[in-house]
Amino acid sequence: MEISRRTFVNCSVAAAAAGVMPAPFIWPRAAWAQGSVKVGILHSLTGTIAIAEASVVDAEKLAIEEINASGGVMGRKIETIVEDGASDWPTFAEKARKLLDRDKVAAIMGCYTSASRKATLPVVERSKGLLYYPTYYEGLEMSPNIMYTAQEATQSVIAAVNWLAQNKGKSFYLVGSDYIWPRTTNKIAKPTIEKAGGKVLGEDYIPLGNIEFASVINKIKAQKPDVILSTVVGGSNVAFYKQLQAAGVNGKNQALLALAVSEEEASGIGTENLEGFLSCMGYFQSLKGSANDKFVKAFKAKYGANRVVGDTLECGYISVYLWKMGAEKAKSFEVPAVVAASSDLEIDAPEGKVKFHKANHHLWKHARIGSFRKDGQIDMIYESPLIEPNPFPKI
Amino acid sequence: MSLAIVVMQAFNGLSLFTVLALMALGLAIVFGLMGVINMAHGELMAMGAYTTYLTSVIFERWAPGWLGVYLLVAIALAFGVTFLFGFALERGFIRFLYNRPLDTMLATWGLSLMLQQLFRTLFGPREVGVPSPSWLTGAWQPTASISIPLSRLFIIGLTVTVGLALYRLLFGTRWGLRIRAVTQNRAMSGAVGIDTARVDAMTFAIGSGMAGIAGSAFTMLASTGPVTGQQYIVDTFIVVVFGGVESLLGTYLSAFAIGQMQSWLEFTLSGSMAKASILLCVIVALYFRPNGLFAVKVRR
Repeated sequence: MEISRRTFVNCSVAAAAAGVMPAPFIWPRAAWAQGSVKVGILHSLTGTIAIAEASVVDAEKLAIEEINASGGVMGRKIETIVEDGASDWPTFAEKARKLLDRDKVAAIMGCYTSASRKATLPVVERSKGLLYYPTYYEGLEMSPNIMYTAQEATQSVIAAVNWLAQNKGKSFYLVGSDYIWPRTTNKIAKPTIEKAGGKVLGEDYIPLGNIEFASVINKIKAQKPDVILSTVVGGSNVAFYKQLQAAGVNGKNQALLALAVSEEEASGIGTENLEGFLSCMGYFQSLKGSANDKFVKAFKAKYGANRVVGDTLECGYISVYLWKMGAEKAKSFEVPAVVAASSDLEIDAPEGKVKFHKANHHLWKHARIGSFRKDGQIDMIYESPLIEPNPFPKI
Repeated sequence: MSLAIVVMQAFNGLSLFTVLALMALGLAIVFGLMGVINMAHGELMAMGAYTTYLTSVIFERWAPGWLGVYLLVAIALAFGVTFLFGFALERGFIRFLYNRPLDTMLATWGLSLMLQQLFRTLFGPREVGVPSPSWLTGAWQPTASISIPLSRLFIIGLTVTVGLALYRLLFGTRWGLRIRAVTQNRAMSGAVGIDTARVDAMTFAIGSGMAGIAGSAFTMLASTGPVTGQQYIVDTFIVVVFGGVESLLGTYLSAFAIGQMQSWLEFTLSGSMAKASILLCVIVALYFRPNGLFAVKVRR
């Protein structure tokens, strides 16, 4: 075919016109009408953090499956796209970009560590996507494109410290892994302890992945605190509790509250090493209530009777439902509409009725304190009323 | 600081020394005697740890009455499994990379990633629980305020046993003689009729087996998961490099120095600062003695 000068000019004009048209016009986001809606799941399935993160994917998939079985979201089935962040923060950003720009997902359920969230945040904001973040974290963030479905720091540590000061004693020893979450959490804990009339006898940070706790345990023994407040995370926890047990410190003779140990970690740590120690979370598997019974039963039916659920799993599970409810309330999958509809959105979750804050994208949550049983489950001994999320606390 | 704390702290230093020495012995043999930088050493430890886990599961299911002695069986099995794996690894993989240290490093690092993912696929991403036998839980209390964890006493004993056995092997047997000969002068050893390829394979296998023993023993102190090896590898390399690459004695002394330093610094400073200070010391020491504290003069 010969290209005449006129057709060439016409084509150029058309191409230029297409170029200046607003992007949504060319790729209308509303063009999802094919009967399904895409949701991305972005967690580490490989690498260091997969230890904690891989099982969250299971909970999110379960929620999606349940929603699809009951007719989908506004009549549309959810199509799930799972991406592996590989415990590598730039990979998280890259995969988020792929999910948003290429797959055009309506929402992403994803991230575990704060580092992965911080890497994903600019991508989600630039592409005007929506991320549901299901991990308890240090606060100090509020992105218009992220919904935070787990506790921020003030929602657990303040309630925990006040309860401990009233029930277990006034002198505290703070132990944590050396990165942002434990340090921020302890920054909130210290003035709270003083306000409650207690005092901090010592504060110690151990490098991530450290396995040697003998000296720290000796320091604790020398100080004889009423309460140990632990923000140790990951594999270090196994070493910490095994060595505490070996040094004769256990749930019978020492009050210890962990802010980052859930039922899921218990079997790896060895349940006999944890028995009697305390944990503060938003959710325990042993909670009473029909919503939780249903969730636990469905999870075990799908993944095996020996699997346990913990706080992050539950938050991942409700994230999917919160997104569904937001979209249905907004009658739209458009991100601004879903976010606006999420204000004050209430859900009957396994952890009880919780709802989004009017403005700050976090959930009103209970802080719950429980004590580890011999079998690795947690018996709740204290439940706070719903606590207002306050990601930017004044200390 | 009371006397009891000083005693316990001194014990901690001693215990840390044996932990580090046990970690580093295998690597010292492989890295020191053969010049192979084995980045997968940590994963060999993890392999030992998982062997221990499997043994405990088998004992719990088939012979719950014998659970008390499972650990001893597990340590022997861990040695066996990692020994065979190391042997196969050397024959099928490492031997093609001799005299190419950078390539070995990359290749073994890749191997370590593959092993990690293999553990994750086989055992799941979470840590598995390895029970401590009842006679190793708890502490020995010579006085009311001093308590010495039994698991650490056990590791001290194990390190001494392994160290002596290794000494016997290297200096009391013909195998050891061949290993030392090949280390000192490969070409000449070959010329006098030593099968250097076989010695290499055996040496690598023994080093791997040591890693297996260490991994098995450390299940009592720390976690058993796919990335467990990563927790050990850095410390292990620091000990070996600081001590001088070709010297087993240097490895012991370096483990002792680092163990004591870490234990006291952790007590006076915070955990992170202790680690940083030790790294600083090691850097300064290596600046003045680039071959480590106890470099052996070897003709090359």
